[in-house]
Amino acid sequence: MEDTIKMLTHAITIQTVYVVVLMIFLGIEVISNVPSILHTPLMSGANAIHGVIVVGAIIVLGKAEPTNYAALVFGFLAVVLGTLNVVGGFVVTDRMLEMFKKRTK
Amino acid sequence: MNISSFEILSLLYLIGSVTFIMGLKMLSHPDSARKGNTIAAVGMGIVIFGTIFLYSENGTFLSNKLLIFVALLLGTVVGTRAAKVVQMTQMPEMVSIFNGMGGACAALIGMIEIHHVQSGETSRLVAITAGLIIGTISFSGSMVAWGKLNGRFKDKTFPFQQYINIGMMLVILALGAVIIFSPNVHPSVLYIELNLCILYGILFVLPIGGADMPVVISLLNSFTGVAAACGGFLYDNKAMLTGGILVGSAGTILTILMCKAMNRSLTNVLIGAFSSNSASNTSSPDNPDEHYKEVSMNDVAVMMTYAKKVMIVPGYGLAVAQAQHSCHDLEKTLEEKGVEVRYAIHPVAGRMPGHMNVLLAEADVDYSKLLEMDDANTQFSTTDVVMILGANDVVNPAAKNDKSSPIYGMPILEVETAKNVIVNKRSMSAGYAGVSNGLFYQPKTSMLFGDAKTVLQELVNEIKHNVN
Repeated sequence: MEDTIKMLTHAITIQTVYVVVLMIFLGIEVISNVPSILHTPLMSGANAIHGVIVVGAIIVLGKAEPTNYAALVFGFLAVVLGTLNVVGGFVVTDRMLEMFKKRTK
Repeated sequence: MNISSFEILSLLYLIGSVTFIMGLKMLSHPDSARKGNTIAAVGMGIVIFGTIFLYSENGTFLSNKLLIFVALLLGTVVGTRAAKVVQMTQMPEMVSIFNGMGGACAALIGMIEIHHVQSGETSRLVAITAGLIIGTISFSGSMVAWGKLNGRFKDKTFPFQQYINIGMMLVILALGAVIIFSPNVHPSVLYIELNLCILYGILFVLPIGGADMPVVISLLNSFTGVAAACGGFLYDNKAMLTGGILVGSAGTILTILMCKAMNRSLTNVLIGAFSSNSASNTSSPDNPDEHYKEVSMNDVAVMMTYAKKVMIVPGYGLAVAQAQHSCHDLEKTLEEKGVEVRYAIHPVAGRMPGHMNVLLAEADVDYSKLLEMDDANTQFSTTDVVMILGANDVVNPAAKNDKSSPIYGMPILEVETAKNVIVNKRSMSAGYAGVSNGLFYQPKTSMLFGDAKTVLQELVNEIKHNVN
């Protein structure tokens, strides 16, 4: 049993390393050749995407025991802040890009 | 065969990861950018709601759903509101704040999860500690960047700052190792570590010149990406992992691209060649007692009205004065008089790359009138009047001629090849790099002092009513 768990963990780790390395290259590939006018919206959009950290906050808050006030309070705060990052980030990016759009009409 | 909720969730995470990749890809092309942003946002929604309803650990689903929804709602309302009311000129600050929030979120997760692991679970402990450290630094660094951008904090240098920073980093890493290998150590170690990280974030950003803030924000942005990826390791959550790493690597490349646009290396920006040695250098290299000449509003109005081609060079001063609409007015008024008007956009004019494009777009300036640096530089020689609105370092000829200048080597707009140069500034003070600008003392340059918006409004008036 213990050996199976060990093997499983090992497999997960290797898989994760694969994903990380491939993602690094993908990130580089996707970004190079971006015109400088799009640097600001792109930064802002990427900023919204790393807001995916809110998923971690949701898990923390969802797992918190009803009596563990520290976890409840910090978890709640973390979800609020993470949501701010996600929603604010996407809305700001959209506002910037909306202006680019208006002009091409 | 039953499909478990775990498998459905994995599939949703896959969809989320794909939308993040597609979103970023589409964001790097002008035509598809807005759609890309929407696609990534939809993917994010799928990931978030999938987690709430389908995530389980050892067979138990998440509880506290009401709390989760209240928090989501609160964040959504505040975030949307903040993002909608913010002025276009304050975009960089806004991005910095949102980035800080993400960092704080990562740090909070680490603070809670550190109590849930046993010693020996080394890989989880590494993920938690790294997320905690990176998230906290990203948070405090972003807050300082925000403060610097809106003028609350000034650039501060102190002796041996590099050594102090390196020393602090070493202490942070050492304490991190202590936490990883003996997680049951006294809680005060954790708090010391947290405070050190906050302090490090502050000291890291504080000495860096305000003009370099875009680079710093972009860098902190990729830090937060890595912090999110640490969360991905911790929960073996592929959406967090892919999203975080993607932003981490794309953010790093973007940071390097920005540095390239300023022709500087990242180390140069971070260690701050600008700050310390430029103070002694502020007087112009050629001639200590140079004169600049001022010009009257009427002269400028006449000069521009009878010009064939006018080139406007916007800079941060335009953004501060919220003068983008007045600038567009000037353009329209001149075009009515048969003058050809173009804008020369330096890639790093303003406080963020693309800042000027966004700003002028807000004022409905025609996209085809914005020239990028290389195009603009070929056209200055046929330009009669160049109007510089609150730009300084990006037109400083010292970047080409003066090897001792801290901005030497930065590509600039070569405005001095035009027939006349009018510079609008609030005063003769140096630009963000703290370097004096020889351009202001050249014979073909005239100074028009004042707030960009007021000056432009008066100028438009003058052209409309007093020039025939």
